[in-house]
Amino acid sequence: MSADAHGHIEIPYTVEPRPDTGVYNGKLGVWLFLASEVMLFGALFSSLILIRTGAAEWPKGWIELHPIPATVNTFVLIASSVFVVMGWANLRLRKPQVARMWIALTLLCGFIFMGIKAYEYSLSFEHHHFPSTSNFFAIYFTMTGLHGLHVLGGMVVFTYFLTTGWKMYDHEPRRFTNRIEIVGLYWHFVDLVWIFLFPTLYLL
Amino acid sequence: MTEHVAESHDHHDHHDDPEQIKKELFRYWAVFVALSLGTILTVWVRFGLQLPEHQAIIVALIIASVKGSLVAGFFMHLLSEKKLIYSVLVLTVIFFAVLMWLPVHDILDKFGYR
Amino acid sequence: MAQKRQVRVGSQWMYARDAEKALSEALRVMNEEEGHGAPQQSFISKYVFSQDHKWIGVQYGFTALCFLLFGFFLMIMMRLQLGWPGEHFWIIGKFFHSEGALLPEQYNQLGAMHGTIMVFLAIVPLAVGAFGNYVVPLQIGAPDMAFPKLNMASYWCYLPGGLIMLASMFVLQTKGGGAQSGWTSYPPLSVIATQGQTWWLVGMIFLITSSLLGSVNFIVTIIQLRAKGMTWDRLPFFVWAQFVTSFLLLLAFPPLEAAGVLQLMDRVAGTSFFLPSGLVVSGEVLKNAGGGNPLLWQHLFWFLAHPEVYVLILPAMGIVAEVIANNTRKSLWGYRSMVGATVFLGFMSFIVWAHHMFMTGMGQVISAFFQTTTMIISIPSVIILSALFITLWGASIRFTTPMLFALAFLPMFGIGGLTGLPLGLATTDIHLHDTYYVIGHFHYVVAPGTIFAMFAGIYYWFPKVTGRKLDDTLGKIHFWGSFVCINGIFMPMFYQGLAGVSRRLFDGGIQYAHAKAAAEATNPFMSAAAIGLFIFQLPFIYNFFANVFQAMRGKLNVGANPWQATTLEWVAATSPPLGHGNFAVAPVVFRGPYDYSIPGAADDYLAQTDDGGKAPAPVVAPPHAPVVA
Repeated sequence: MSADAHGHIEIPYTVEPRPDTGVYNGKLGVWLFLASEVMLFGALFSSLILIRTGAAEWPKGWIELHPIPATVNTFVLIASSVFVVMGWANLRLRKPQVARMWIALTLLCGFIFMGIKAYEYSLSFEHHHFPSTSNFFAIYFTMTGLHGLHVLGGMVVFTYFLTTGWKMYDHEPRRFTNRIEIVGLYWHFVDLVWIFLFPTLYLL
Repeated sequence: MTEHVAESHDHHDHHDDPEQIKKELFRYWAVFVALSLGTILTVWVRFGLQLPEHQAIIVALIIASVKGSLVAGFFMHLLSEKKLIYSVLVLTVIFFAVLMWLPVHDILDKFGYR
Repeated sequence: MAQKRQVRVGSQWMYARDAEKALSEALRVMNEEEGHGAPQQSFISKYVFSQDHKWIGVQYGFTALCFLLFGFFLMIMMRLQLGWPGEHFWIIGKFFHSEGALLPEQYNQLGAMHGTIMVFLAIVPLAVGAFGNYVVPLQIGAPDMAFPKLNMASYWCYLPGGLIMLASMFVLQTKGGGAQSGWTSYPPLSVIATQGQTWWLVGMIFLITSSLLGSVNFIVTIIQLRAKGMTWDRLPFFVWAQFVTSFLLLLAFPPLEAAGVLQLMDRVAGTSFFLPSGLVVSGEVLKNAGGGNPLLWQHLFWFLAHPEVYVLILPAMGIVAEVIANNTRKSLWGYRSMVGATVFLGFMSFIVWAHHMFMTGMGQVISAFFQTTTMIISIPSVIILSALFITLWGASIRFTTPMLFALAFLPMFGIGGLTGLPLGLATTDIHLHDTYYVIGHFHYVVAPGTIFAMFAGIYYWFPKVTGRKLDDTLGKIHFWGSFVCINGIFMPMFYQGLAGVSRRLFDGGIQYAHAKAAAEATNPFMSAAAIGLFIFQLPFIYNFFANVFQAMRGKLNVGANPWQATTLEWVAATSPPLGHGNFAVAPVVFRGPYDYSIPGAADDYLAQTDDGGKAPAPVVAPPHAPVVA
């Protein structure tokens, strides 16, 4: 095993899948990470259920919160999901310019989502609804807040790939395509969480 | 460099076959439409149908699960994914179910629970 | 002596030392050529932000051992108080800026931080971060971990997290001190506790992140980077143990991270996730919304903390298995059963957690469920232990220092495991819960259990990492002294617990009339044993550093395979160089992991790369050949 010019060691199966498992390293890695995220959000959903079943009364989400901006946000995330998968598909079609546009649209959706979320939070604060107000708001702010942090994290990664990170496409297009696939998987997961979070908090 | 090795592999061509990918594109947009409709359906079922609370929760979660499955199955291409990934996820789902159910059952089963 | 041994290089016989020099030089030249005269790595990128699993393993090891020593020191202060309650001690005075008598809240800090540091900052980073990182890629024949950058990030989340925890004890002494609500941080106490608890929570978030990144790395590495011929049934048991451990870390830690966030919200944002309505603190009703449930924390905490104890024991069992196979010159008995038991244990560990909560007013159904699963989970442990015991039967045992620690592990873990049984049954747990019996039980498993296995691992793999063996005489003094003293500390705890001495009492239980006699009869003796234990660590500390310094000055005294072992890490060069992969040639595996004493073989062991003479053996594996002039 030798090192390249920067002392980096060649790790097998970074791009090519390993024959007996059928996956490349990053693909397995991101799914494992997502498995841990299922447990993280699962714990929060479990907490929600526990607190709610133990509560004498539980406020109505569609009255206390703002379902219309939240519904818009649901569409925004769904759209961003199809945008990122279009981006990945176009990279595989070797159309980097088109791909870059789709990924930029994904990032834009992220900004829109966070913007609407900030607006929602400001409405709540105006009504003097804070995490400390009641357990309903506590779990609402905590779960949407953590979800929002995950959206932000994805946006940071997209920004990196759209700027400095895009250079990798020029000398290692397949490896770069894999990277976009991986961040896409993460992004779909973030969308998936929202798909459950939205009805649970706002509609039930 | 890795790229020279990659170009010569057979499955590389199959994996990135333009015809194959174009078929996938159609599927992605179909899923997008389905997800949008699902969202509208969820809101309508909740407010349009005015179901009692227990039923509303179940129906909403069913619709959410269908939407989630579409995202997982098509966008995350789980439907065509390798057995290894499935196994990890099946294991996770089992523990997820345990985490969702047992703590609540404990609270409901406590001595003196009203 | 290793220097006099000769090896065959191509058609030539030469002294092993000369062959090694030639090989290092060849590697260096080859790398330079391929790198086209690339510049040397900077000190920072080579040693600080290293991406080489071997150096990261060393970083983890050194940091973890420092935390282990500090956690030990906290225990010494606790035991001084327990043995001689109310006495003034200079060391306590210095630490707490007081007159030297321990106050209850200070004792609580020591207790909470001792537990936290030992579990999260010392044992797991040592067992998984150090041993796992260094040995696993070598044992599977990989050039490094699957994600070297992630590995580096993992260490650099652990260190700040650990330092935050440590700092909380020093920086906050005038503001209420460090965390003091037990390592279990139960609300409501932890929510109303002083600032130190917030630092604890923040530290935990760093540590959990570190763990998650590491576990992803381990799982991908073991699945994807096994060398050619390294099938699942040829994996060393140590690697299987690390593999299952990583799944436990991956899936069990996130609920604690969620719980930590919720507790932080309660403390900092005024929420009431864990605070029930109408809580009265110091005579005043707490002005919070209420409606929370302290049991929610307990469920989320123990959902992690139970699998966590298997994280503490599995790598230890892995090390013990390696050392026993090597020093019995036999294959492990029941390898398949051991692997199956380990996987089953990993799965079961997720569904036993509420046996820590039997005393919370649990209903019959849930209680029965958790008692059943808890009894079932003892079976795989028994299988593993039995297999290791049976391996000893008919073996030619070499009583090297690592073997002494590994052998001691067996009965010590046996005691720890057996004493767990009455705790897993709710009826007996009524009497034993929150007593010293519990402390005796879990310390037996972790202290003469896991920590002894860690020592076995250190004595065993030190020659691979540094090229020097630790001194055997000092090692034996270390072992015997530790073995006697550690039993002296923990054995009486079972008696104390049965007599009703409660845990977490700053005066050792003498404030309760029913427990006073038992506590007074045993505590001074136990504390003396603790001091004895400290004294017997000194030979080890000296041994360790003396040999590290000698190795750093290039004074190596062993070759690549001083224990004549079969697994792949011993095929790699002595103290494999950083940044150049691990093996001169990618290893190809032909044999199982423990082919010792195979009839008809030239030697009493066959390396996993040995193909029975079909291809020339790699130069780097020094054959155990007679000296030929």
